[in-house]
Amino acid sequence: MVASDPGVATYDLLRWIPLIPLLGSVINAFLGQSLGRRNAGLLGCAAVAASLAIAGYVFFQLPPAGIFRDPIYTWFESGAFKVNLSLQTDALTSVMLLIVTGIGFLIHVYSLGYMGHDEGMVRFFVYLNLFIFFMLLLVMADNLILLFVGWEGVGLCSYLLIGFWYEDPNNTIAGNKAFIVNRIGDFGFLLGIFLLVTELGRQGIWTLDFAELQKHVQMLRPASIGLITLLLFAGATGKSAQIPLFVWLPDAMAGPTPVSALIHAATMVTAGVYMTARLHFLFALSPATLSLIAWIGAATAFLAATIALTQNDIKKVLAYSTVSQLGYMFLAVGVGAFSAAIFHVFTHAFFKACLFLGAGSVIHALSGEQNMRKMGGLKPYMPRTYWTYVIATLAIAGIPFTAGFFSKDLILWQAFSRGAIFLWAIGLITAGMTAFYMFRQLFMVFHGECRAEPHAKAHLHESPSVMTLPLVGLAIGSIFSGWLGAPEYLWGSVWDRWLQPMFGAAEHHGEAGTEIMVTLLTLAVIAAGIYWAYLKYGKAGAQIAEESENVFYRLSLNKYYIDELYDGVVVRPFTACSRFLAQIVDPWVIDGTVNGIAALARGLGWVTRGLQTGNVQHYLAGFLLGTLALVAYYIGQL
Amino acid sequence: MLAALLVVSSLLVVLLPNVVHGAMALIAALLIISIFFVMLQAPMVGVLQVLVYAGAIMVLFLFVIMFLNPAPPPRGGAWLGFSVLLALLLGGGLAATLTKTEITGDPVAATDLFGSPEMLAKSLFGDFVLPFEIASVLLLVAIVGAVVLAKRER
Amino acid sequence: MVPLNYYLILSAIVFAIGVVGVLARRNLIVILMSIELMLNAVNLTFIAFSRFLGSMEGQVAVFFVMAVAAAEAVIGLAIIISVFRQRQSLDPEEMQLLKW
Repeated sequence: MVASDPGVATYDLLRWIPLIPLLGSVINAFLGQSLGRRNAGLLGCAAVAASLAIAGYVFFQLPPAGIFRDPIYTWFESGAFKVNLSLQTDALTSVMLLIVTGIGFLIHVYSLGYMGHDEGMVRFFVYLNLFIFFMLLLVMADNLILLFVGWEGVGLCSYLLIGFWYEDPNNTIAGNKAFIVNRIGDFGFLLGIFLLVTELGRQGIWTLDFAELQKHVQMLRPASIGLITLLLFAGATGKSAQIPLFVWLPDAMAGPTPVSALIHAATMVTAGVYMTARLHFLFALSPATLSLIAWIGAATAFLAATIALTQNDIKKVLAYSTVSQLGYMFLAVGVGAFSAAIFHVFTHAFFKACLFLGAGSVIHALSGEQNMRKMGGLKPYMPRTYWTYVIATLAIAGIPFTAGFFSKDLILWQAFSRGAIFLWAIGLITAGMTAFYMFRQLFMVFHGECRAEPHAKAHLHESPSVMTLPLVGLAIGSIFSGWLGAPEYLWGSVWDRWLQPMFGAAEHHGEAGTEIMVTLLTLAVIAAGIYWAYLKYGKAGAQIAEESENVFYRLSLNKYYIDELYDGVVVRPFTACSRFLAQIVDPWVIDGTVNGIAALARGLGWVTRGLQTGNVQHYLAGFLLGTLALVAYYIGQL
Repeated sequence: MLAALLVVSSLLVVLLPNVVHGAMALIAALLIISIFFVMLQAPMVGVLQVLVYAGAIMVLFLFVIMFLNPAPPPRGGAWLGFSVLLALLLGGGLAATLTKTEITGDPVAATDLFGSPEMLAKSLFGDFVLPFEIASVLLLVAIVGAVVLAKRER
Repeated sequence: MVPLNYYLILSAIVFAIGVVGVLARRNLIVILMSIELMLNAVNLTFIAFSRFLGSMEGQVAVFFVMAVAAAEAVIGLAIIISVFRQRQSLDPEEMQLLKW
């Protein structure tokens, strides 16, 4: 760009970051079969590795408060409205880049092992690379439209990957559900964009570049800002699985586990958080929307955690856990702590991916079993998986000095110190529940006696290195990634300093003393949760109870029948309406109108055909009538 | 009363069932019109009318009538009333239109030569020589056309 | 001097009579003759105006009308002969090939 903005520089290298995975995807799409499964996989991994290398390089080149731009070309212009295909990297984007490419790379490597025997492995890597491309486009976008392109693209890849094993219709249904629910959110997102364009246009601004938006956002009327942010957040509820559009995420577990790890834990679902962070200057102008976001975040976190308490499928527990942690992120956004929200994105990516990949390892070892009631006692057989799983569980629960401890506590502290006591309380209880259900899972899967089916038990084995090494990498990240954002009373937050130019100085309400008290309170709740889980599931000799008939248990197990509710309230009327339109309106009204017009024309033709008698004298009579008309006209003129 | 005669003979042309009688009536009408022409100081045209119209054209008509010798026409009166109505309307309209002119008084003083062959020739070969030539081409075309159309198919 | 209007009215009447003949008779030759009648009525109008305006142009017009009428009568009769040869009839009601 231009030297007038200090710290803004043009950097052609940027375009290669998304481009290389795209090339990888395309090459695998066309040549993958001839390359062979193993080579196609290696190519996919190499592509992401290259992106990671460049992203790392850019990260180190980026000066504090600096922005790199890569204007590629003008996509379209309509009058004064101009949309560019143009990339940028600032502090926020550089962090997201490292998350996407770094964790993406580890998951690609893991997939070499996990999908190694799958017929469609080549197709898998095509989709996976394509996903990386779109996600990179999303975080590197310079303007809102390009962001939306990436947004839609990741939604597409999510659909493709959820329904990857398409021979089972349940998987395609899950993929459809994800895509359609996302679409509903996207509808809101689009309306928000349209409204934004219109309102800005009223002021004479015809662009959606983030830099320009930030400069001119003050000019908008408060009412319209409220509506715009609300609509944009609606999009975020779809993509990031918040109330009311979270229902697709648990079903998305139908896809292969690496997909769940990458897309539905570490990256795609965080796009909503990223979007609100990117547009923080807009959201900051609408306290009402922010308040709503915080409440929805908190409610989602709580609700999802209650459902996770009773689930029996190992991946479903993790899915609801993801929804819950996403709720935490939006809670942070809602109270204005954008930096804390992105920090939780960062740490959550590590431990959630680690948990999912670990679950994948367990499923792989048990030849496909996913029901935790049929697991247990796996610790001796899968040590590496076990220990990485333990570390990740500690992290998500928020045990001191793990990554989750720093990020989750930061969020709770931000909520508390900004005065949102009720929200903080909800977050606190949810933290307790998180600890409980995660340790429940740990005990049910790895401790006690092995309840697996005999045939699964016979083939029980630790996963190959290609799968366990990424687990180790992610486990390490689950501990140390959090150390970048320590509170002031420890060694201070590198993270906050890095993101400060974007979000403003980290606000310090309250004193260190209070902060420590809050942290201790949180730890107490967490400890209570872990202890209770130990009592019910971990103690030697503890029996796994049969499914209870308790009404709360039933509600939780059946996810509060929300899917059924949506089915009855939304899906059925909609289908009935569609059927009505298709069977009645379409043939009778629309076809009827068109055919009716044709019939009318034919009828008119039939009538007027009578004039063609073939008799010249009749024609002459018509002639005469015309002449009479002329004569009459002339008489009138005189 | 000449006018009355003209009207009568026109009616006869149109109404008589026998074609030959109708042709005779037409000849009478043409001759009366020719008299009118002479009265209106257009002697050359009047003579032409007799020669060309009443002479050549009507003779041609009679040739064809007798050549074809058609049967008497059937009674077809369905359109008669309607066409009379239309014609009355038309005639009325025309009369109303045409009589809205201001020329009611004595005609412009005409010279002796008015309407004579000299005057006609002067106009024809002077101002209107092009239409004159084209009219002759037209007649040529008509002759050729008639010959072609009426040839017996061999 | 007979006023101009009388001639014009007469001409209109003859024209109207011609129209009746064209529309109502079922013999092609009579139709053609009615057309000639109409043309003559118009000629009368021309000559009348020519006289009352003192201009030769009216008479020239009549000259041309006569030439054209001659040509047209010739062609018309040739067509009638042709048609008669085909259909042995001169009734326009029977010539309805153009009917839908």
